[in-house]
Amino acid sequence: MSSESPPAAIVAPEPPASTKSSPPGVITLFFAFARMSLAGFGGVLAFARHGIVEHHKWMTADEFNETYALCHFLPGPNIVNLSVVFGSRFAGIAGAIAAFAGLIGPPTLLVMILAVLYAHYGQVEFLRRILAGISCGAVGLLIAVVVKMLMPLVNRRDLVGLMMMVLVFAAIGLLRWPLQAVLLVAMPVSIGLTFIMRRRARA
Amino acid sequence: MNQDSNPIWTLISTFGLMSLFAVGGANAAIPEMHRIAVEVHHWMTDRQFADIYAISQLSPGPNVLIVTLIGYAVAGFGGALVATLAMCVPTAALAYYVGGLLGRSSHSRWPSMIQAALVPLSIGLMAASALVVAQAADRNWGAVIVTLGVAALAYATRLNPLYLLLAGGILGFAGVI
Repeated sequence: MSSESPPAAIVAPEPPASTKSSPPGVITLFFAFARMSLAGFGGVLAFARHGIVEHHKWMTADEFNETYALCHFLPGPNIVNLSVVFGSRFAGIAGAIAAFAGLIGPPTLLVMILAVLYAHYGQVEFLRRILAGISCGAVGLLIAVVVKMLMPLVNRRDLVGLMMMVLVFAAIGLLRWPLQAVLLVAMPVSIGLTFIMRRRARA
Repeated sequence: MNQDSNPIWTLISTFGLMSLFAVGGANAAIPEMHRIAVEVHHWMTDRQFADIYAISQLSPGPNVLIVTLIGYAVAGFGGALVATLAMCVPTAALAYYVGGLLGRSSHSRWPSMIQAALVPLSIGLMAASALVVAQAADRNWGAVIVTLGVAALAYATRLNPLYLLLAGGILGFAGVI
């Protein structure tokens, strides 16, 4: 199949899915994505993968990886992109909208309820302490993800990648420069350097 | 459109643009959201930003729903809806278009070089996110220890992230932070 490495967020290879079931309709897509999304605490990707590849058998593991690679490559929330690409593949624009609405709709309603509760009770002392603890946990989870994504770069001594990573971290995290400005410079530079390094490696 | 008089327009333009620049997903755009919501527009305090980040991580669904909470803080339900759609629809439309363009031949090869070039940028952005939220949240030794403890457990084990968040909440309740 495709020769490129899967995006860093995808971990172990799946056992090959034997059979695929028939393509889903619009209503099935909506409810399937709503269910995956509402199950998805701490990120929906793992649940989407389980639902699409193992539970419904709508795609093989390789097809899923390839679709996800496209979504990782596009800007914006990966899982939102995945729902649209996936939905459109089975049921055109109606499928795209159904999967998107299923993914975003129900959790958005839930989050709005939480927003109202926070607006009313956000200053209550013991809730404040709980939220402070949860923020620490959330930052800890993020640090773990960063380290996991970082290790492949360290292991293959990708100095260009590590340098770009540090520069972007400094510009955004320390200097607090605007995202667009930083990326408009960093993206071409990173792509150019990667291109040069690959050519040199081949030569 | 006068952006001062109508925050809805500000939400649409801010998140619509951010949608197309969120390389590496919602967690990579957190510093930009913080910059705009806390520093540029003063929609919320540092602490409120840390709080809504915690709420968005605790609730199910895509991580991008932190923009729903920002939108609600700015302009109620309308703001929540508009911010969510502005953050999701532009990139979804792009994904629909590109997916249709490239996906029909089911084994199309992705420009792996561009992807390899973008991954380090995503990592740098996510590391910046961790720093920005950590600085916005309550800062003391208890917070540092809980943060690093969760990071170590999440890295070394396959514990469900939700349990780690809840453990953080319990420690916070117990007054560790």
